[in-house]
Amino acid sequence: MERTELSQEIRITEQNPDSKIFCYHCSDECPDNSIRINEKTFCCNGCKTVFEILNQHNLCNYYSIEQSPGVSRKHSVKRNYDFLNDSDLKQKLIDFSDGKISKVTLTITQMHCSSCIWILENLYKLNPGIISSEVNFLQKKIFISFSEDKTSLKEIVELLDSIGYEPLLNLEDKQEEKIRSENKNLYYKIGIAGFCFGNIMLLSFPEYLSIGTEELPEMKRIFAYLNIFLSLPVFFYSSTDYFLSAWRGIKKKIVNIDVPIALGILVLFLRSAIDIIFWGGAGYLDSLSGLVFFLLIGKLFQNKTYETLNFERNYKSYFPISITVRKGNIETTIPVEKLEVGKRFIIRNNELIPADSILIKGNANIDYSFVTGESIPIVKMNGEMIYAGGRQVGGVIELETIKEVSQSYLTQLWNSKTFEKEDESKIVSLANAISKHFTFIVLFIAAVGAIYWLPVDVTLAFNAFTAVLIVACPCALALSTPFTLGNTLRIFGRNKFYLKNTHVIEKLASVNHIVFDKTGTITESGTSEVEFVGELDNQEKTLIKSAVRNSSHPLSRAIYNYLNIASVLQVESFDEISGEGIISSIDGIKVKVGSESFISGTNVNSGDYTKVFVSINDQLKGYFTVSNKYRNGLKEIISSLEEGYELSLLSGDNSSEKENLTQFFADENELHFRQSPHDKLEYINDLQKSGKKVLMVGDGLNDAGALKQSEVGISISDNINNFSPACDGILDSSSFNRLADFILFSIKSKKVIIASFILSFIYNIVGLSFAVTGSLSPIVAAILMPISSISVVVFTTFSINFIARKARFI
Amino acid sequence: MSVVFVLIGASLLVAGGFLIAYLWAVKNGQYDDKHTPSIRILFENSKKEQSIESRVQSEELEKNSPNES
Repeated sequence: MERTELSQEIRITEQNPDSKIFCYHCSDECPDNSIRINEKTFCCNGCKTVFEILNQHNLCNYYSIEQSPGVSRKHSVKRNYDFLNDSDLKQKLIDFSDGKISKVTLTITQMHCSSCIWILENLYKLNPGIISSEVNFLQKKIFISFSEDKTSLKEIVELLDSIGYEPLLNLEDKQEEKIRSENKNLYYKIGIAGFCFGNIMLLSFPEYLSIGTEELPEMKRIFAYLNIFLSLPVFFYSSTDYFLSAWRGIKKKIVNIDVPIALGILVLFLRSAIDIIFWGGAGYLDSLSGLVFFLLIGKLFQNKTYETLNFERNYKSYFPISITVRKGNIETTIPVEKLEVGKRFIIRNNELIPADSILIKGNANIDYSFVTGESIPIVKMNGEMIYAGGRQVGGVIELETIKEVSQSYLTQLWNSKTFEKEDESKIVSLANAISKHFTFIVLFIAAVGAIYWLPVDVTLAFNAFTAVLIVACPCALALSTPFTLGNTLRIFGRNKFYLKNTHVIEKLASVNHIVFDKTGTITESGTSEVEFVGELDNQEKTLIKSAVRNSSHPLSRAIYNYLNIASVLQVESFDEISGEGIISSIDGIKVKVGSESFISGTNVNSGDYTKVFVSINDQLKGYFTVSNKYRNGLKEIISSLEEGYELSLLSGDNSSEKENLTQFFADENELHFRQSPHDKLEYINDLQKSGKKVLMVGDGLNDAGALKQSEVGISISDNINNFSPACDGILDSSSFNRLADFILFSIKSKKVIIASFILSFIYNIVGLSFAVTGSLSPIVAAILMPISSISVVVFTTFSINFIARKARFI
Repeated sequence: MSVVFVLIGASLLVAGGFLIAYLWAVKNGQYDDKHTPSIRILFENSKKEQSIESRVQSEELEKNSPNES
């Protein structure tokens, strides 16, 4: 039994409930002003300690850059970082080391303001072993170089933890590097294409305006050859992506949007080269470089990514990277993947259990909020099985593994087929669907034009054929999608709905079945609805509030917040029995709050953790029911979605909430309870087999399979930086009530794309009428191409913004 | 008119110089992080003068008591 004696003297003051006190460090509300230094009040000792550390090193500037910039330390615990002394592990984490100086990159999700940057870049003042530290705020990364003689990785991590910036330690960060280098290549390509485009335009001006061509015919030739020279890098470097993508498509027998583009670029280049070299003409190289430049800009616009958010996380990102195992009396740290069946390991407060195991020793109080979204801990007895993914709250426990990490009930999910396939092939975007027909029609018109002119003049036939391909190059078509969807992505982002990429918007628009998870998704995690069954007078309320004040158990917090009493009394003694309840004595009155068996003394194991009984002086007063609170606006969302979509609900819990849920969901048969992570995945799979396009809205790791399997998986999160399983989009819980609007907006975006397609077809028809007659002059091409592209971009941008304004997104 | 060719050559050289500068900047990672430097530049002053000012600042902080709500 674990006993926490309340040794600290608490100065109780009469509080006026209106004048709240806020923590100087983290701006959370303070329960009272007992923890303080001079005028500064803190919500907890953790925050106070951070202040003291910073004050000691003259770093209080931290508090003057932003007000109360700190991270709350209320729920933090001292972690053990001994595993960072393990040399194998250290090698994996450290980027570079020459034995004296080491460099390491750490991810710190807590950074949120300029004060954070300031303190993190001044780390050398806190630990002289640190040579320098540099922050990348958008990626939430810190690059530290330190001297191995003076300090160690472990010390640095401990230092960061002690000031509230606990680094996220995992070995799964390699993928990001690739994306970044791709982005860099795009910058190179745009730079070069822009440079060549500008110069070619300049050199083409005499041709446009017919200046000097009469007097200086050699000028025209030199300029034309210079243009060829300048277009080489555009053709051979900047446009390579389009050729590669078109080639990949053709190999798979798919005519994607890049096929007509690549064809257009190729014909533009060859026709221009022949025109200049053999016929002394001017070519269309300005159109070529302009086209590539605009297309690349569109690509950059579409590539907007939320660098801070990671949409690819699996359980490994959240599980610890090492674990303490016990053999006899010797404790050693081993990497978590080497944890074999039958090993005994130790889990301390707030650590995650990495494998299915049996409890051997200690009071297990397991919080499964990572997995299910349910934050109220569950008590486990010795010999009971504990599933991987739970977090221990309370003292040290000892467990024995019965399954390897990758074979656990939860983690097995990642062995299923769903996680193997790359979903790139699944993407059938509107542009690609249209381009198939488009390409064939264009080739057909080009052929007809060529055949028509062939008996008259071979050159004219060639001209007509190439001109059709040039004009039909779907520049405007290719630009409308990235700009429409890129804009939509940004508007969603501004409303706290973050998507992995623009393809998700198109998929979201085509959804016809929506599946919700229950706990944590349509219910609020962290807040609960409390009701008291029985009678309490004000004095009794005060007693209970004073008693639960000292407990950090979520149920105690819920009751504390529920009781509407301004003042609390001084507690004489306080015992918390883990998993049972609390006993406390106030003014000689004994107050017991806890489970039914704890209060009544009888051995009732109802398994109902949501009822909290109260007795005062051993007299039963009644019980609190703590139930999940449904999110604001749930009713409206469900009723507005019900009109156009089939809805279902999957819950891992038992059906006790069924009655409440029927208020929201009309069809009782679509409520499914006791669903395992695998069941959820299979359910989505079955829906898809019957031809449904599924949107899954979930939150925990147990939804990960369903999120991945569905067409669109959206994860709801209270703090977008903290946790979310792999998904297509992360929705901040504060925007949950706008879910229906987001879906509607994505449908409208799709309509905007279709409208802009029509617009670009009109341009194509105009261009084609020039082209088939064989009279496409460079100046017509040079005017038509940018005008069509720019007008399509302007059209999509304006219409998306207009729709967003109407939907009150901006 | 032949001066035009000299000018074209010169302008290409100058523009090429800028292109190289741009490519060098991308390669050096100057476009990797477009946000943090904009914040960092505001710290620079206080960093240097901190040793002198820190005391004044902390005193000021004491005065501006944190009872904001």
